Amino acid sequence: MSEAIVITSGKGGVGKTTACANLGVALASMGHKVVLVDADIGLRNLDVVMGLENRIVYDLVDVVEGFCRLRQALIKDKRLDGLFLLPAAQTKDKTSVTPDQMKQLVDQLKEEYDYILVDCPAGIEQGFKNAIAGADRALIVTTPEVSAVRDADRIIGLLESSGFDDPGLIVNRLKPKMVAKGDMMDIPDIIDILAIRLMGVVPDDEFIVVSTNRGEPAALSANRSKAGEAFRNIARRLLGEEVPFLDLTEHETFWEKLLKLIKTG
Amino acid sequence: MFGWFRRKEQSKEVARDRLKLVLMQDRMALAPHTMEQMKDAVIVAISRFVEIDEKGLEFEWKGNERNKALVANIPVRSVRRSAKAID
Repeated sequence: MSEAIVITSGKGGVGKTTACANLGVALASMGHKVVLVDADIGLRNLDVVMGLENRIVYDLVDVVEGFCRLRQALIKDKRLDGLFLLPAAQTKDKTSVTPDQMKQLVDQLKEEYDYILVDCPAGIEQGFKNAIAGADRALIVTTPEVSAVRDADRIIGLLESSGFDDPGLIVNRLKPKMVAKGDMMDIPDIIDILAIRLMGVVPDDEFIVVSTNRGEPAALSANRSKAGEAFRNIARRLLGEEVPFLDLTEHETFWEKLLKLIKTG
Repeated sequence: MFGWFRRKEQSKEVARDRLKLVLMQDRMALAPHTMEQMKDAVIVAISRFVEIDEKGLEFEWKGNERNKALVANIPVRSVRRSAKAID
């Protein structure tokens, strides 16, 4: 039984592509057959985050337009056996594909793969409609910022009216130190506001920058980073496992508290 | 000097409160079409029991960001003798 999951957010730059790459890596390393679909036509990036940009011959639009067979456009990951990427076209735009065509494509991929992860573009226009067209479930990525949470709320509304009844939330780039100081919204605040199921919390982690530089998703070496571990946990929750949330609390030291008391006086 | 001990509002509280307000506006902005549908549904439901003046019907949101209330003002012309409520 296969499942198509769309990873979306509304706002750009919150970590959709990073989440998609890492969840794909995590699921594949657990032995599942996974294909990542980059639905961000015109602004593709999943290929570079995955480190597969040099292997692209055909893309999603080529498949849809019948220039090549689906199998020819799929790029096999060099590190994990069951992991594939269907890259987006870079020289076309969002209107080169329709939601119906996307649904067909995803259905075709379902015949061969356990998980189809669709990386949705930012925004709520055609690209969003294409990306959600074939999906069975949705994951929403946000950061603990007012703008990102606001856009997530809008996306949740749109998903609900498109029939997604139980989307999951990933809170990305949480800074435990700032939360401890009361300078960043905490998980309960965000969950209370959005009224949605929490799928995972990913701490802000410099290792993500390093791993993106190298094109090696952090979940490949989860033991080396908290973010990688968090993504692997989310993957296990996607599989239905009960996984406790990482303890990300960081308490202020006595001196930090004293300093703050003096500063805010 | 005593100000040192006075707690300043944390920025996360400011963020949360601003978000709640803006989301209420956002969510309502989606509503005009839904509002019309809801109005129609209410008219149908109530008309089974009483005859109402549809032109005088007023719907509005009241309350703050925490407690939203839908307030309806429905002028009744007459009560139906044999309510169609059973069917």
